[in-house]
Amino acid sequence: MKQGFPTALDNSLVSCHSCHLVSKAPAVHGKGEMICPRCGSVLHQRKPRSLSRTWALVIAAFIFYIPANVLPITKVTSLGHAQSDTIMSGVIYFLQTGMWPIALVIFIASIFVPLAKLFILTFLLISVQRKWQWRPKDRTRLYRITEAIGRWSMTDIFVVTILVALVKLGALATIDAGPGAIYFAAVVVTTIFAAMSFDPRLIWDSMETNHE
Amino acid sequence: MNSLIACHECDLLYKLPVLPEGSAAKCSRCGAVLQRHKRNSLDRTLAWAIAGLILFAVANIYPFLALKSEGLVRETTLITGVEQLYKQDMRSVAVLVFLTSILFPFLQLAGTLYMLLPLKFKRLPWWKPALVFRFIRTIQPWSMMEVFMIGILVSAVKLAKMASIIPGLALYSFVILIFVLAAVAASLDPHLVWDRLEIER
Repeated sequence: MKQGFPTALDNSLVSCHSCHLVSKAPAVHGKGEMICPRCGSVLHQRKPRSLSRTWALVIAAFIFYIPANVLPITKVTSLGHAQSDTIMSGVIYFLQTGMWPIALVIFIASIFVPLAKLFILTFLLISVQRKWQWRPKDRTRLYRITEAIGRWSMTDIFVVTILVALVKLGALATIDAGPGAIYFAAVVVTTIFAAMSFDPRLIWDSMETNHE
Repeated sequence: MNSLIACHECDLLYKLPVLPEGSAAKCSRCGAVLQRHKRNSLDRTLAWAIAGLILFAVANIYPFLALKSEGLVRETTLITGVEQLYKQDMRSVAVLVFLTSILFPFLQLAGTLYMLLPLKFKRLPWWKPALVFRFIRTIQPWSMMEVFMIGILVSAVKLAKMASIIPGLALYSFVILIFVLAAVAASLDPHLVWDRLEIER
């Protein structure tokens, strides 16, 4: 036992991702999958290929982030005059018209949160791969934050949906969704999956192996 | 009865005693919440889920916002936005919005009712209870009604300059539904459900 911290892994036990039942891992690692005796999900000591999956999703999200911000997310046609808006131009519009609380909400949800999430995940991935010993508890906390904040990035997608549904006033004004919305939705989905595929237990695994 | 549990964030093993009502056990190494013993979890969650389904029906049937501009009125229900996106060749976005704001919140409420109502009467749900419960736990992060609410607020402010916004009946039930959904999530004790499934088997 290391440092008085017995983990499930040390005791050849597996904790189920979905129902949290701790059961005995079969000694032989054949091709057959381990199945949780209580809920029937496939058991893993750690999330499978956590690092490479998370890297792939993080890189994909970084790539999607560019067209999501460069391409327009809405196109407003008002009395024959068309105007395209990107996420940032929406924020600037609200700032200029003095509605800074709304500008702040959109800036945080659509620009800051996805980027912060991606940088935190990149940092966590590197820290696990390099087996850093630095503040595991705080790094776990950072992970918890990225998991919790991701959903709020959907705000802008919902705004576009509502605007598109409401503003159909014939010749007076219409709002259409722009291609940026697709990429932005892709950013949100890939970052949520990235946070899900990262296994915070890896942070602690490298702490233990280095103590030996 | 002590039950063996491993921290889902750092894998540390614990033998947890039965927790006193209203208390939570935290991992001493990483601080993650291991388990919570919630008061009257089954009854409370059931009550919230039933209330949630009623509000969900109201929120989807009636229009939640209407826009009035120079004699033209346009009403919208939850599904019309999805339809419009779909027509504009934004199929992937339309599907995402449909799943996160309509289908998953509904399945979560209905699934919770399906699981807990039989358990309340000491029976097993008739069709694959473990699979259903696993499914509703998996989709939980994708049910985003509270985020949709922020979306409504932002759109209302954005449109207020252009035309007058009239809140609809659905909007009120929508607002309440968000708190009810939060209450469902807060009162549900997944450990209890898994334990009961084993006992009734």
